[in-house]
Amino acid sequence: MPQHFPPSTNAFVRWAILGGGAFVVALLVALPIFARTMNNAVGVPVAQPIDFAHNLHSAQLGIDCRYCHTTVEVAASANVPASETCMTCHSQVRVGSPQLEALWTSWENDQAVRWNRVHDMPDYVYFNHSAHITNGVGCSTCHGLVDQMDGIWKTEPMTMGWCMECHRAPERFLRPRSEVFNMAYRPPSDQLVLGSELVAAYHIDTDVLIQCSVCHR
Amino acid sequence: MAVTTGSRVVETTRVLGPGQTPTVLDDTVNTPVLSGRTPAWWWAGFSISALLLGLYLLSVVHLITSGVGIFGNNQPVAWAMPIINFVWWIGIGHAGTLISAALLIFRQPWRTSINRFAEAMTIFAVVCAGLYPILHLGRPWVFYWLMPYPNTFGMFPQFRSPLTWDVFAITAYATVSVVFWYIGLIPDLATLRDSAKSRFQKLLYGSLALGWNGSARAWTRYMRAYLLLAALSFPLVLSVHSTIAMDFAVSQLPGWNNTIMPPYFVAGAVFAGFAMVLILAIPLRRAFHLRNVITVRHLDNAAKLLLGTGLIVVYGYGIEIFMAWYSGVEFEVYMAYNRVLGADHWWAFWLLILCNFVAIQPLWFRSVRQNPLALFVISVFVSIGMWLERFVIVVVSLTKDFLPSAWFNYTPTFWDWALYAGSFGLFGTLFFLFLRLLPAVATTEMKELAHHDAHHGSDYYERIRREYYGEEAEA
Repeated sequence: MPQHFPPSTNAFVRWAILGGGAFVVALLVALPIFARTMNNAVGVPVAQPIDFAHNLHSAQLGIDCRYCHTTVEVAASANVPASETCMTCHSQVRVGSPQLEALWTSWENDQAVRWNRVHDMPDYVYFNHSAHITNGVGCSTCHGLVDQMDGIWKTEPMTMGWCMECHRAPERFLRPRSEVFNMAYRPPSDQLVLGSELVAAYHIDTDVLIQCSVCHR
Repeated sequence: MAVTTGSRVVETTRVLGPGQTPTVLDDTVNTPVLSGRTPAWWWAGFSISALLLGLYLLSVVHLITSGVGIFGNNQPVAWAMPIINFVWWIGIGHAGTLISAALLIFRQPWRTSINRFAEAMTIFAVVCAGLYPILHLGRPWVFYWLMPYPNTFGMFPQFRSPLTWDVFAITAYATVSVVFWYIGLIPDLATLRDSAKSRFQKLLYGSLALGWNGSARAWTRYMRAYLLLAALSFPLVLSVHSTIAMDFAVSQLPGWNNTIMPPYFVAGAVFAGFAMVLILAIPLRRAFHLRNVITVRHLDNAAKLLLGTGLIVVYGYGIEIFMAWYSGVEFEVYMAYNRVLGADHWWAFWLLILCNFVAIQPLWFRSVRQNPLALFVISVFVSIGMWLERFVIVVVSLTKDFLPSAWFNYTPTFWDWALYAGSFGLFGTLFFLFLRLLPAVATTEMKELAHHDAHHGSDYYERIRREYYGEEAEA
């Protein structure tokens, strides 16, 4: 009976089995790491038609978040302002500046500026801004220190696991309603005590908070 | 594809026909596999299967691009054809494990000549079945969300749900079936390797045989591994379909919420599986000249299992109706009434009784059990009946549940049928490729059986067998 394969095949197969096993293990380690780090665009500035500087408008000029994002307290979506909102100032300030070209075009043609979305939730997530604002989740808890940014980027991964960190134990993150829009707010050292008091005071039902239908209808 | 030796082909009720030596077995089983000529019946069957597979792929592409709206599913009938077909295929897959594992452990030597193709049938049926739940997910490309892995959701699947158990049951079943089948194939692959002629055959069987050298040490370990795997897969015969039954039984829907579901589903699975074994074995033993190997004895035994499990299934139908009355629950009583006499679907129930109860009654007679043509026809009836059973359970229960205002009828669409017909193409294509490339009978085990028969055969049992079948002693 002739041999179809040279004797070195045995060694090759042994190494292939080892290598295959190592490859599978490496893949199982690499994929979750990839999903947590490379795949969520945290800290990557999103290019916009106008290089809008949040730090200039918010921190230096002291404009409140709600001056532009008007619906954040009452609606599911925190709106991106219409060009009319920009023009409340820019009809007087920096008129004709080439940096604001997209705004002038929008104003003349009566068409919205095509801003690029930064936080793109899947369609099956029914996120509601007002529910979070009225229950003591600060802007900066999810969006980071936007008032310090010269562009705009995500500071949190916005994965479901990240949502669950708070939904499982909201007392770790809540602040008083009066501090929600305070970008300089720092949690007190007894956050868990304060948080538990707020959970009780705002009637937050933590059993409901982890149910599927809270976010997925 | 003629048999190369002059061995007689006779219908016999022995486990092995007369004159079966290792050489004869090799010639019968392996020669067609290694032969360069492919018979016309193979091309005919393969072409039809490949055409249907094309229909399957077309349906899948249409499903993925358009969404599950192409199916007739609605509210309240959210589970319809995809789940019926899933349960139907996975049920068929059960005979393979029963034959390969359960009958091995119970030391039933007659399993030897049918286990290989029954295991192949199991694997291909599980492939057809497993694709259905994935395809009807809505977004099939994220099917891996069903598995508990370190995901970014911060959440594992709901372990209290039988739907999650299903995922484990089916993946375990598919894995064990494939490993068991492959381990069983290794010595046969080595036989093929040693008589391979073309370079393709040498490479294919040479690499698949994993360097099998047939030494005593290899055999000892092989036999032990095979037995251990059999012990491992034996519980799957009971557990897989029990889990699938619990998908239904754990719900609150009248017609689903029955404690008898798991055992009755298992019996139904073996019932459907043996029907499919017979549907495949009867043409196979003619086409491959295997009547000395898959004898009338095998058909007879399979038919007995068909009758026995069929009666358990019919008992299940009876108990469902009895429990509906005995529970005193208005909705359960209405479910039973609607199932048997309801205006929309009474025909499905009575056709089911015709196929699964009336059609198997002739199997009480030995002459029917030993008549291949009659068995083939009865098996086709049983296969249709088992499909109707799932239709009655899934669709008829869902159309009319608690609130009359929520009732709605169900009509399958063209794509429901196309995907079902196409799944036969997937099954057929895989099965025909298996028949052409791999030995359809476990020749190594058959050689052992032939040796045992020739050298250690028990005259005592042979006498009992002859008395049972009323035969004269062979000259």
